Amino acid sequence: MEGEGVVAIKTKSRILPTNFLLSSIKRGSGERDFMTEEIIIAGFGGQGVLSMGKILAYAGIMEDKEVSWMPAYGPEQRGGTANVTVIVSDDPVSSPIVSAYDTAIVLNQPSLEKFEPLVKPGGTIIYDGHSIIQPPKRDDINVYCINAMEEAARTGNSKVFNMLVLGGFLKVRPIATVEDVVKGLHKALPERHHKLIPMNEEAIRKGMELIQKKN
Amino acid sequence: MDKNNDVVLLKGNEVIAKAAIRYGYDGFFGYPITPQSEVLETLAADKPWETTGMVVLQAESELASINMLYGAGCTGKLVFTSSSSPGIALMQEGLSYMAGNELPGVIVSVGRGGPGLGTIQPGQADYYQAVYGGGNGDYNTIVLAPNSVQEMCDCMGKAAELTFKWRMPVIILSDGMIGQMMEKVVLPPYRPRRTDEEIAQQCPWATNGIGLKKRKYNFMSTLEFDPQVMEERNQKMAAKYRQVEAEEVDYELYRVNDETEYLIVAYGISSRISMKAIDLLQEAGVKIGMLRPKTLWPFPNKIISQLSERIKSILCVEQCEGQMINDVRLATEGQATVFHAGRSGGMVSSPMEIVEDFKRMAREKMSNNWPKGYWMK
Repeated sequence: MEGEGVVAIKTKSRILPTNFLLSSIKRGSGERDFMTEEIIIAGFGGQGVLSMGKILAYAGIMEDKEVSWMPAYGPEQRGGTANVTVIVSDDPVSSPIVSAYDTAIVLNQPSLEKFEPLVKPGGTIIYDGHSIIQPPKRDDINVYCINAMEEAARTGNSKVFNMLVLGGFLKVRPIATVEDVVKGLHKALPERHHKLIPMNEEAIRKGMELIQKKN
Repeated sequence: MDKNNDVVLLKGNEVIAKAAIRYGYDGFFGYPITPQSEVLETLAADKPWETTGMVVLQAESELASINMLYGAGCTGKLVFTSSSSPGIALMQEGLSYMAGNELPGVIVSVGRGGPGLGTIQPGQADYYQAVYGGGNGDYNTIVLAPNSVQEMCDCMGKAAELTFKWRMPVIILSDGMIGQMMEKVVLPPYRPRRTDEEIAQQCPWATNGIGLKKRKYNFMSTLEFDPQVMEERNQKMAAKYRQVEAEEVDYELYRVNDETEYLIVAYGISSRISMKAIDLLQEAGVKIGMLRPKTLWPFPNKIISQLSERIKSILCVEQCEGQMINDVRLATEGQATVFHAGRSGGMVSSPMEIVEDFKRMAREKMSNNWPKGYWMK
């Protein structure tokens, strides 16, 4: 922005430099007495990105938290990137879209390139080892890798791919317990699919074992 | 499946459908269009005709749906339609006829970027369409502006009440983002649909048959060859509109107090994004608050006029190139300067972009000695 940091904003009480906001956009969690986790989950359409976000949001509800789930809808879902912003917070959620994220879960290369710069300093990025060719380069964020695609292929059940990733996420950002996620699954899935829940729970626990820190 | 008063996670569009069933709506007539197709989809999935007896009909076009709404409104039934920007544009003729006959009816408008077919991404460029109307003649419609999924639900109940209280169409002006996002929502308990006897009692004007009592028949038409009679009808409607303006204004203040120096005026999704921007600015020490109109017509003129006596810089945030800004500017009565912020054509501001727009406004304020009431984009 032109004039950034030079011109000041004058209020009745004090003068603020215009770059003041850089300090206030740091990670919220841990520094304040309430928890807010702003998450972007991004990948190809069909990877289960949207349903993973929905299950996470339901798990937040089970923990009595405020949640919002905002998908990128429209033609870009067809073969292009699909993404969803999920916010889980102790406070009512103000904006469902945010400028920077606490955690980015990226499941393909274009999503990594798009969302890596938008992770808050001190935040977390989780990527799938098979789908990402060039891993994240930033050193001011926590980088985690999960080989969920390989595990899903090995077990021959590709449909639990997103649950493996969700497990990995819950390991590094324990915003909900596995028990609450399972309760959330009961609410998110129609009853005829409830027999699949134990398999999904197993995948979540497996994902917790698979995730590795990369920096 | 759903228990009463249960917390569920739903899209704004899904909630419109579920709330309609629970508030005892008699019918829905609509035609699918992104980003509101989930309304019809959810109604089709929930099959209310098997439970409450509500009619759900996919019409052949938006023109058909609004005229079905017109016909059903004549009989005193509580009915609604939903569409998005270009579809609502097609409905304007029927809407004018409904207003002319002083009929109830609820229209849900889930806005997208325009003009023309535009884009399917969220937009707020239909403020004029909803508030000033694209139909002909001297009429107004009540316009409600929800900003959360829960409010989408509550607005369906409020609209049902207002549309019969005032005998005029009510528009719920939402946008693609609120329609598509999921939030926690508590659904209302089921309310039974009104019986024919109740309608006959509550709507003596309705054209629902003269019944056994052989009352005088009711007649509905917007055509009147005698201009004197037409003027009387217009004056009667105008008197009603003035009354609505006096009684039904609704708004909400966010972090506004005696020390507030800057004000944001925003509705719908813009107000949610602005709340985050305000939190960021407040954290940095800027004394900024927000006024959110919950009814766009009638517009909260009085409170804006009062606030602008001491707050001289107002940022009007809307996801279009500036429509509500004109109403805000009029409401300030020249006492404050109003700036525009927001994206258009289906793009939506992020909280940081609104912060940048605020900084631009603050810089302008420092560098210029603008005359009173000066307006800039």
